[in-house]
Amino acid sequence: MAQSAFQTAISKDPVLTISPPAASADAADPLASVEALIAGLGSVGYISSRRIATALYMAVKLEKPILVEGSAGVGKTELALSTAALLGLPLIRMQCYEGLDESKALYEWKYGKQLLYTQILKDRMGEQLADAPSMDAAMDRLHGMGDLFFSEPFLEPRPLMKALREDGGCVLLIDEIDKSDEAFEAFLLEVLSAYQVSVPELGVIKAKTPPLVFLTSNNVRDLGDALKRRCLHLHIPLPEAALEERIVAARVPGIEAKLTRELVAFVQTLRTLDLRKSPSISETVDWARALVLLHADSLSPDVVRDTLNVILKFEQDIVAVEPQVVELLHKR
Amino acid sequence: MQHTLEQFFRALRAADVRVSPAEAIDASRAVAVTGYADRTLFRDALCSTLAKSAEEVDRFESVFDTFFSRDAVAMPPPSASDQGEPSDQDMAATESSPLAQAVLQGDNARIQQSMEEAAARAGVADIRLTTQRSRLTRRLLEEMGLEEIERIIANARRMPNGEGQGLADRLDEARRNLFAEAQTYVARQHELYAAGSARELREERLAKKQLNADGGVDPVDYQLMQALVKKMAKRLAAKYSRRRRAAQKGHLDVRKTLRRSMAYGGVPFTIEWKVKKVDKPSIVAICDVSKSVAAAAQFLLTFLYSLNEVVDRMDAFAFSGRLISVNDVLDDNAVEGAIFKVLQEIGFQQTDYGRSLQDFAENHMDSLDRRTTVIVLGDGRSNFADPRLDIMRQIHDRSRAVIWLNPEPESYWGQGDSVMNRYARFCHVAKQCGTIEQLERIIDDVLRSYVPH
Repeated sequence: MAQSAFQTAISKDPVLTISPPAASADAADPLASVEALIAGLGSVGYISSRRIATALYMAVKLEKPILVEGSAGVGKTELALSTAALLGLPLIRMQCYEGLDESKALYEWKYGKQLLYTQILKDRMGEQLADAPSMDAAMDRLHGMGDLFFSEPFLEPRPLMKALREDGGCVLLIDEIDKSDEAFEAFLLEVLSAYQVSVPELGVIKAKTPPLVFLTSNNVRDLGDALKRRCLHLHIPLPEAALEERIVAARVPGIEAKLTRELVAFVQTLRTLDLRKSPSISETVDWARALVLLHADSLSPDVVRDTLNVILKFEQDIVAVEPQVVELLHKR
Repeated sequence: MQHTLEQFFRALRAADVRVSPAEAIDASRAVAVTGYADRTLFRDALCSTLAKSAEEVDRFESVFDTFFSRDAVAMPPPSASDQGEPSDQDMAATESSPLAQAVLQGDNARIQQSMEEAAARAGVADIRLTTQRSRLTRRLLEEMGLEEIERIIANARRMPNGEGQGLADRLDEARRNLFAEAQTYVARQHELYAAGSARELREERLAKKQLNADGGVDPVDYQLMQALVKKMAKRLAAKYSRRRRAAQKGHLDVRKTLRRSMAYGGVPFTIEWKVKKVDKPSIVAICDVSKSVAAAAQFLLTFLYSLNEVVDRMDAFAFSGRLISVNDVLDDNAVEGAIFKVLQEIGFQQTDYGRSLQDFAENHMDSLDRRTTVIVLGDGRSNFADPRLDIMRQIHDRSRAVIWLNPEPESYWGQGDSVMNRYARFCHVAKQCGTIEQLERIIDDVLRSYVPH
């Protein structure tokens, strides 16, 4: 099952993909309590705060989707990936973008096959109806034939449909919902509240096991109240130093404690500056990786200057910070 | 406990955290899962079901802390008696009042409980106004059984040889403490439940406030009014972006559908619809920033800039003696600071409408086309200089609509040095616009009527 999870997942950042779960062998049920959930997430490499774990716990217990907000790189997507790994469920990911519509999110008809089917139908129909004595008889016979044109075999399921048809349950990640149009948001409401979709030609398709749904948002635009109402809300803030040190230690094996402390402290100071984009957790982790690769065992002004482009993503931020590096290193 | 939760939802609503019935049900379900024993878990569970944005989380936490502060009653222990435990004699004398006994024993938990129960009976949670406080405090104490204590005190004082004097003094002190506690309790309830309605009242009043009143806008109000303007703009933006979307539904486009079906051997698999093209309006705002109109100009610009979702292009010009383009200033600074910057740049010259219009005609006339709506904000008082009506006519002819907003009431137009009534002939709409409420209504009109189709 774990194997299929990573076939369906299209990871944004292959480096951050979690190794298939070892936790399933673990006898303890990660959903027994919030503490168990924190420990469980920790075992798959996601260091979570208590608030994150509580929200996730409530989402599982109440069978409600969870809307995760926070600035880019605080681990919104990662939370869904880790949860899937922890629970040993397949992960189905849907990336939202402007112009995303039903045919890309829910289902599409296999036009080519339908076309071939009509061709075959035409030929067969001629044979079948050739010996009919009258028009009425031909019509009767026509109605007697099964209508397969719009039926399951011609249905091409897209992520949402796939998630609903996953009988053992799954984790559905709807990434960056704020990038999609409002119309699409409205379309999601049925899926999120009743875990079902209506296909006009087929009827209602309902999930046997409701998927655990994560929606993530960067606050590009305000989401509608109707959508918010159907979800639990979780805002992931930038972490405090202690938590961030633990995250770096978990994510970057072989990093020395002293370096971790120094670089987290430096990043925390950077966040107090007025920057266009403050470094978030993923930048800290990337930076830690870079420093380990460079065999740096402590932060010197030169090393920081050389690697500043890993944590700061805008030219003007780098220009603003570069002259202050020595000062900032002393500040902590 | 369900009742307490309901009260908590009410307090949240008062703090502007929207709690719909469905969310209330979710919260109750969440509480059923978590239980009440673990305070952090309880709070986080409620928070994730009820608060739906980062700001709401903040508000939720402050309401939670106020509402569930259980150390609320902190009565000082009965002092006067040094023997610690109240004597049997005292207990006998106060037998008729459990409250008095609790007070004498310093049993805060029992006092708290009795206060909560009394509050429910007295309807303290229904408090709306500050003026209700003293009456509700009185009722709360009555419900708690204060009269009984007063009777015991009176009896004790009447006892011969001053035997009951000690008891009476202690009870008297406790009564005063109790009174103070009840007052804080009611004040807290007021803070929880009435804060929201007071704010609504205030916003309503600010929306009707005259912008060109003497002394200008109070800096305290100013922040609130800015927020209010942004809120109004957001409401309009939502309204009109919906309309634009509706315009995309059209009739079947037969030609396109046929062409598309060629790929499938003439079978029309994809159906194409005609799309109505709806342009976003482009707006040119020309604002008088002389002293009498500056406040109104500021709110107008804030409003227009907050509408960027539904407005395609927005050019802003400011003038008093001369006219300059203020787009750059507005892009670099928040609108709040921009007006001061503009005033620095063009200085406090005498207002000259003719000269400013001429500046506009010379440099910026080509920014007007048939899709442009021109919004002029000014009092039309040109200090007896040539108003240059010919340029005004040109602007009128070139643009889709000219709307003139004047902070002065219509009866003043044309009086003294005002040439407003002469300009008004070249405007599609000329209206008084003295409050932000009027401002909202006019912008609403602009978006509805002057959007090119």
